[in-house]
Amino acid sequence: MTETVHLTINGLTVETTRGATVLDAAGAIGIDIPTLCYDPRCAPNGLCRMCVVEATGARLLQAACVTRAVEGMTITTESPRITRARRTVLEMLAASTDLSETPDALAQIAETGADIARFAGGRERRPPVVADNPMFVRDYAKCILCWRCVQVCAEDAQYAFAINFDGRGFDTQIATFFGKPLPETTCVFCGQCVGVCPSGALKPLRAWELEHPDGPAA
Amino acid sequence: MVPPPIRVDANARPGHNTFVMTNPEPRRSQLLPALLAAQAADGWISEAAAGRIAAGLGVPLADVHGVISFYDLLRATPGPEVVHHVCVDPACALAGSAGLRQKLLAAGADVRDSPCPGLCNRAPATLIETRGVLTAAEPDARDHVDGDVRWLTALCGRGRPASLAEYVASGGMRAYERALREPGQQVIDEIRKGGLAGRGGAGFATAAKWEAVAAAQGPAKYVVVNADESEPGTFKDRILLEQDPWRPLEGALLAAYAVGANRVYIYIRAEYPLALARTRGAVDVLRMAGYLGPNAFGSGFSIEIEVRSGAGAYICGEETALIESIEGKRGFPRLKPPFPVTHGLFGAPTVVNNVETLAAAQALLERGAEAYCAYGTLKSPGPKLFCLSGDVARPGLYEMPFGISLGELLERAGGVNGHLQALLVGGAAGALVGPEALGTRLSMEDMRAAGLPLGSGVVMVFNRTRDLGEPIRRIARFFAHESCGKCYPCQLGTQRQTEILERAAAGAAMPGDRQRLLDVGWTMTDASLCGLGQTAASVTLSALKRWPELFPND
Repeated sequence: MTETVHLTINGLTVETTRGATVLDAAGAIGIDIPTLCYDPRCAPNGLCRMCVVEATGARLLQAACVTRAVEGMTITTESPRITRARRTVLEMLAASTDLSETPDALAQIAETGADIARFAGGRERRPPVVADNPMFVRDYAKCILCWRCVQVCAEDAQYAFAINFDGRGFDTQIATFFGKPLPETTCVFCGQCVGVCPSGALKPLRAWELEHPDGPAA
Repeated sequence: MVPPPIRVDANARPGHNTFVMTNPEPRRSQLLPALLAAQAADGWISEAAAGRIAAGLGVPLADVHGVISFYDLLRATPGPEVVHHVCVDPACALAGSAGLRQKLLAAGADVRDSPCPGLCNRAPATLIETRGVLTAAEPDARDHVDGDVRWLTALCGRGRPASLAEYVASGGMRAYERALREPGQQVIDEIRKGGLAGRGGAGFATAAKWEAVAAAQGPAKYVVVNADESEPGTFKDRILLEQDPWRPLEGALLAAYAVGANRVYIYIRAEYPLALARTRGAVDVLRMAGYLGPNAFGSGFSIEIEVRSGAGAYICGEETALIESIEGKRGFPRLKPPFPVTHGLFGAPTVVNNVETLAAAQALLERGAEAYCAYGTLKSPGPKLFCLSGDVARPGLYEMPFGISLGELLERAGGVNGHLQALLVGGAAGALVGPEALGTRLSMEDMRAAGLPLGSGVVMVFNRTRDLGEPIRRIARFFAHESCGKCYPCQLGTQRQTEILERAAAGAAMPGDRQRLLDVGWTMTDASLCGLGQTAASVTLSALKRWPELFPND
């Protein structure tokens, strides 16, 4: 028998099963909490913090994708504090990476009224396009560091462990062992990373070539 | 993780630790030691060496690359034979690190900027890296240690490290020998009576943490000593481990016995080579003297201590990032809950305590809760270590009872050099305050009421000749350098905060920059995943309030 818990979200009482997240519970009653890194196919990590909400008793904002619903919890999904966090994250992200093919981010920018030029002029992440195999192209200038590709390449799906991180902080990138071309790694070209990429950073070679008739990928 | 094989001691007594671990740790946890060993052998970590380590430990190649590139002191390319690491953080800047850097460069040396190496009391500080290995050449004599209580620091500040014989003669190891004859719960009860709170910054009740681990279910339990002291301005744990490692080690043994752990890991930052060497030596001596091993003092208690080196990452001072690092991973902080007391190292119940906390636990258990509570305030009993640096007459480590005022502490250190302008309290994750704070009492409760962090006990002094914008920018750069990159507010915010502060200093502030700083600061504070991001704007925000004229005026 599944245990149920009751919580209040924006004044509405929700009954959900024990173990469900606040994001699940809100979704079940039609309250839309924005997310960027979250993908139900991958283990949630609470990276982008777009899904932050206020929970009574918690001093800081909580990421709804990784906060479990507990009995009696009271959640607010919209407040000036929440809006400031979401808008500022989007503004800072827009100044760091190319969001032109991240539809979720573009929609949230429009919704929150984020000013994408607000942090312009600072450092940007613009590594060159990597076209090192006949299957897909890696354009990390569009990467939002959602980790999904690393996760599906590892324990979330394929157990190929071909990619991981390089560097840290603002300079974090997705990388192979000593930057080797993918065909020289344990990559099996399952394509799952391309499938979960939300930002156009990973794209089938054919699609990329159609968009870039004169592009460097060949 | 495969459940570890266990052997149940037939002579087990209720409430006592009864398990003997026979290799419970996954091979991957050897990754950082292996990489450090490869670098010590070759001066750097070649692709071939990394490949051999990956194969030997069964760790994916890409993961090994991810780990190498996370830690600042691991080198994936060959470098110069000798590199001078010059501290660029606030206390050393006050003492002229910029000039020192210039002089070294002019002499043709290879220079790298270093985050605070915990030598603020001897600023400006440098560390020498020779063929990929950091060395400490400074004598102990230069650490000034003083205070109104000398419990934790009884054997520190004498210009030489204490021997085990000296430690035992001073009363050490009695608490451990006594505890082994009693149920572990008695140790926890005494700690609770003494009201000990964690000294790493959060101030969590030590007894509650130990109790939770003692009560948690698991075939293995661990004690992890957090000696990744990296908070700019902090050097207390360095001095304890360099000059009297016995005390925190005894504290760790007491914690292990109390909670039923058979293994202690002590994770010391790589920037503390002397503390690493001395602690390793001390553990070997303890083993030879019978304090460690499968049957310590014939009590049936099985205990081992392993010393681990960090590799250059401030974030690994965050308890879950530290655990990840011991497990052979990048130092990413974990989501909490679950907390380490139930799901810590290798998924097992784990106590993570700061070095000073364990030294204080030792003092409390040696002297008894009643004697311990004779010092300090009702809510913050006992002594506290304070790290004084900057424009103060006698920079050093001060052991004082909780509850003395900031002003009294400064007096104890000989007063301010010049006229007081500001104090950095709590470290880079702390706050800047003006002379009006001198009356504030240094206790957990008084600081909380004043909205100030006690943090790691940092008090850095700035006189009126100093440009306060400079330490604020240095701290911002520090956080941008040390952000792990996991959550967006910190990964992006530490970078943007630095850029805004730097362009203001260059006279190129843009309209709206003050509001940008506030939005970035509060977004990091409110929405970051771990304590690093949550405090990365703390100094900026405190200074914006107190010295608004230092910031761009929209």
